[in-house]
Amino acid sequence: MNDKHLSSQFDSDLNTVSSRLMEMGGLVEKQIQGAVTALSNFSVALINDVLDTEEKVDALEVEIDRALTTVVARRQPAARDLRLLLAISKITTNLERVGDEAYKISKRIKSIVESGDARKVPIGDLRVTFDLAASLIHRALDAFARLDVSSAVTIFKEDDLIDSEFKGFTRKLITYMMEDPHTISSSLDLLFIAKAVERIGDHAKNIAEFVIYIVQGTDVRHSRSRKTNSSSNEDEIT
Amino acid sequence: MTTMNAMNAMNATNDDPQQETALPIKIAVRDLNFYYGKFLALKQISLDIPEHCVTAFIGPSGCGKSTLLRTFNRMYELYPEQRATGSITLDGENLLASTQDIALIRARIGMVFQKPTPFPMSIFDNIAFGVKLFENLSRIDMEERVEWALKKAALWDEVKDKLPQSGASLSGGQQQRLCIARGVAIKPEVLLLDEPCSALDPISTARIEELIAEIKKDYTVIIVTHNMQQAARCSDYTAYMYLGELMEFGETEQMFLKPVRQETEDYITGRFG
Repeated sequence: MNDKHLSSQFDSDLNTVSSRLMEMGGLVEKQIQGAVTALSNFSVALINDVLDTEEKVDALEVEIDRALTTVVARRQPAARDLRLLLAISKITTNLERVGDEAYKISKRIKSIVESGDARKVPIGDLRVTFDLAASLIHRALDAFARLDVSSAVTIFKEDDLIDSEFKGFTRKLITYMMEDPHTISSSLDLLFIAKAVERIGDHAKNIAEFVIYIVQGTDVRHSRSRKTNSSSNEDEIT
Repeated sequence: MTTMNAMNAMNATNDDPQQETALPIKIAVRDLNFYYGKFLALKQISLDIPEHCVTAFIGPSGCGKSTLLRTFNRMYELYPEQRATGSITLDGENLLASTQDIALIRARIGMVFQKPTPFPMSIFDNIAFGVKLFENLSRIDMEERVEWALKKAALWDEVKDKLPQSGASLSGGQQQRLCIARGVAIKPEVLLLDEPCSALDPISTARIEELIAEIKKDYTVIIVTHNMQQAARCSDYTAYMYLGELMEFGETEQMFLKPVRQETEDYITGRFG
């Protein structure tokens, strides 16, 4: 495979926009890590960091979209270049939403800390799932950087795990609320946090789907309704 | 989406390089070899060109796309050292082995060249000249035919008041549309366009692309172009050729989004060479 275009400026444009996406991914990961730590330590300072980073993430989303528009207008990309640029546009949107989820989580943590109920609700139970969601975003970005389909496929499986953990956690929170109605307000905050974590996992899965789209040209989104082939297995894909 | 669903969707990709179409086939090419003297310029070309579609041939200079186009109406026969083997079947008749009058074959398969080639005569006669070779029309019928052809070529409004003027007095884009009008006036079944817009400005190019989209309802159009965006814009099927071989042939959408062969992708993304 020839990786270089005849126009080195085109290569440079694509590298620049990919680098900006990774930079945005780095900021979003920092937001998630801040929220994870804040959840464990009840640290308001970390929460404020997450909220401050949100503006930078939003600005990068706009900047990347502008750069994408310029490349499309100037270069009329085709095939894998076109798929790469379309995927970057979609991944940017997903990353911005991950940033939004980290923002929401931080605000909810702040609310729980300020209510003084932090020790009364099962915050610790969410830590493992939150770590997993953070790791999925990291691995999805890594799969994008290396265009690694096999790594992207493993993310689907682990997102399924987050989804089932979320359902279990919801049932647990209902029990807490039934046993001690005074915790309802904080439990609802925690429920929103759990939902945001679950959404972060979904966004990681979406990013993984776009990695497959870039490499294989196959759109695997929304394929729940498609006919399943029981003989399929991961080895055949990768 | 579950993991298994995602995997199944990936496996659903069609990686077959020879896409089957359900459309009727207008021209079937089989094992076509073409020689310039001893030089083999086309190597074992086989493909089906669907009817009422636009098929584009792309590829670097010297890949044989114009040569292939010239075999469709046996234009190469003007040069004795050039020859073709294999078969090119138009509606069941092998054109290469046909004993039919070559002029009649070219009336069925019209051609427009890279440079506008108006005849040194009036705009009206440029259109009427070819028609007179094949049909004996009354003056009124001929006027209707000329008007019809010029309207088909989206040129009528610009020239209707100056039909007696020389064809050479028109602009480059108008001259090329005049040549297309001349091509469609004899009502061919297939229209071959050899880089028809390479000498034209973007507005004339857009008009001709509009025209191509319009005339494919009545004709089968085959276009050779160096402009890949033009192939992407106005064709239904695209063939990529390289060094006299047909590398890949398929639906244009597929070719420009996810071509099967790496060589095709390298060419259309500008990585070739």
